Amino acid sequence: MATSVALSFRERTDVLSWGRVVRHSQLVANPRFADELPALLLDAGSRTKLAVGLRRSYGDSCLNGEGALIEMGGLDRFVSFDSQTGRLRAQAGVTLSEILRIVTPKGWFLPTTPGTRFVTLGGAIANDVHGKNHHRVGSMGNHVVALGLLRGDGERLTLNPAQFPEMFCATIGGLGLTGIIEWAELQLVKVGSAYFDVEVIPYDNLDAFWALAQDSAERFEHTVAWTDCMAQGANAGRGLFSRANWSTDGVYSAHSDDTWKTIPIDLPSMALNRLSVSAFNALYFWLNAAKTGTRRQHYSTFFYPLDAILNWNRLYGRRGMLQSQCVVPFGPHREAMRALFDEIARSGQASFLAVLKTLGDIPSLGLLSFPRPGVTLALDFANRGVETLRLMDRLDAIVREAGGAIYPAKDGRMSAESFRASFPRWEAFAELKDPSMNSDFWRRVAQ
Amino acid sequence: MTGSVKQIVILGATSAIAEATARIWAAQGARLVLVARDAARAEIIAADLKTRGAADADVVALDCAKADAEAELGKIVSRLGRLDILLLAYGVLGDQQALEIAPAAAADMIRTNFDSAALWCLAGAAILEKQRSGALLAIGSVAGDRGRQSNYLYGATKGGLALLVEGIAHRLAPLGARAVIIKPGFVDTPMTAAFSKKGPLWAKPEAIAAVIARSAEKGGPVVYAPAFWMAIMFVVRNLPWAIFRKTKL
Repeated sequence: MATSVALSFRERTDVLSWGRVVRHSQLVANPRFADELPALLLDAGSRTKLAVGLRRSYGDSCLNGEGALIEMGGLDRFVSFDSQTGRLRAQAGVTLSEILRIVTPKGWFLPTTPGTRFVTLGGAIANDVHGKNHHRVGSMGNHVVALGLLRGDGERLTLNPAQFPEMFCATIGGLGLTGIIEWAELQLVKVGSAYFDVEVIPYDNLDAFWALAQDSAERFEHTVAWTDCMAQGANAGRGLFSRANWSTDGVYSAHSDDTWKTIPIDLPSMALNRLSVSAFNALYFWLNAAKTGTRRQHYSTFFYPLDAILNWNRLYGRRGMLQSQCVVPFGPHREAMRALFDEIARSGQASFLAVLKTLGDIPSLGLLSFPRPGVTLALDFANRGVETLRLMDRLDAIVREAGGAIYPAKDGRMSAESFRASFPRWEAFAELKDPSMNSDFWRRVAQ
Repeated sequence: MTGSVKQIVILGATSAIAEATARIWAAQGARLVLVARDAARAEIIAADLKTRGAADADVVALDCAKADAEAELGKIVSRLGRLDILLLAYGVLGDQQALEIAPAAAADMIRTNFDSAALWCLAGAAILEKQRSGALLAIGSVAGDRGRQSNYLYGATKGGLALLVEGIAHRLAPLGARAVIIKPGFVDTPMTAAFSKKGPLWAKPEAIAAVIARSAEKGGPVVYAPAFWMAIMFVVRNLPWAIFRKTKL
């Protein structure tokens, strides 16, 4: 306890990414203090390292099978929070959930948030995550005031957009490959409530979605659509468009993590099949279509519906799930989305959670940042092996054709060709990458 | 300034269990004094606790195993004005087989886990006795419940500490002050980094912390963390020698 026990890497077979598809053992260390990190970087021989958070990335960008992982969850302390200015500085392992529990009661909120609060601050920056308000505020990297980076050679850098701009832009969205993000300072936003006024509008097809997205972007800070991509024919692309603004009632109640439900075991792989997913999607559509209008929703329900079930990924069984998220630039977007939906419907493979959103034109700072102006579609597929991988390759081809990009945080299988087409500045990034850091993802797509 | 704000002193405040417990108290707005050898680490924790709601968090850099417990605790408490909770959370595990052939190292371990801890507990008890309020909480171990070949030196120090704290609880009981020995089972902390931490018997530091924070309010004088260890240790303690001697525990 009070004694310092030598920390080293331990081999573990239970360390998986969120998709639970990639399964091989990892060497893992669990430091609690930043003063342990330099020694860890030199430990485990010549193996490369990768700092990781809660491993909510779906594929292999948060794994390093040939190297070693440094789990940052033990560095989960706040450094400072100024409730006058909304400046928050914290260690990289602090979760967005913890941040919200501290800052929401004081009237502040994260500038943007992904669909789960169970990611670390470091992970959110390393993946330059975006949220339902991207069209208004850009992605997480746009709100990082400064960050501390520990390079593999032991050098500690404080990065901000003015100082070391190149390394800053490589680290935002840099998948942990430029060094260990030790801490970061964020500019939070002032909100009028912990609640949203949410409007849910059922729509019948993709054309109706385009109209709603255009109509809503100006008036609503948060927009997103859930799409039933099992619907076919005249209903193809139907879904529920949700748009919301912060309420102004001054009720600042933080969420509670006490009511987590968990899935104790992997469900049988067949549980989510074409029929059950089609039925679920149709039911979900009709149930929600029946209760339209404005409703008041707490941020935890609005942003994080799936966080109510702690490990919902186990619904997909032992073979795991594959995610695919792409963005297609404005211009070819209508044609490309139609082609993507057609391809999915034709394949007969079910996607449970298909999310469609327009991204705005605030430029992402990162050399490998995913968000860019256009339309993003996120899909998940139960892993059925080759069949699923082939479908995803066909979807990638449509995205490449349209000049779009695939999201590394969601990916465990895109080709090197797709990666390089998605991130034309990848070679500039490779120059800034820390040679002592690596990941399964980077080895696959760039080496 | 004191009023209803709880005045809490934590010995060995950089340990994972101590820090998790301190967060619970910080969220309640307590004023904390963190006693630790590594002041730099303790300062990092103090800044965090203040952000999480602590009325204040001060660091006292001290090697609890070597310090003059009575004098040091006296100084701290005179600054605080009152002692509501004293948590003793430092200790070393040690490698049983290595200690068996290294008497100097064994003596060190006994000094840290028992000798020094006993003096801090006695110093705390004297203050609580005078106040007629407050709680002494000490972290023991299920290893202290029965001597087992694999871990009896550590177990003896923690078992001894348990008896001591139980005795203090008995002494304080008529006055309204309390003492509790908390006995965790397997906890996933850096102290147990060498073990493979799988299975339902392993608990997170946060789970132990919740038990400790609860023990500051009620229960005791002996509390297992998590509670199911009470049943396990009942069986272990009562296993007949004829069977026990053949086990590898």
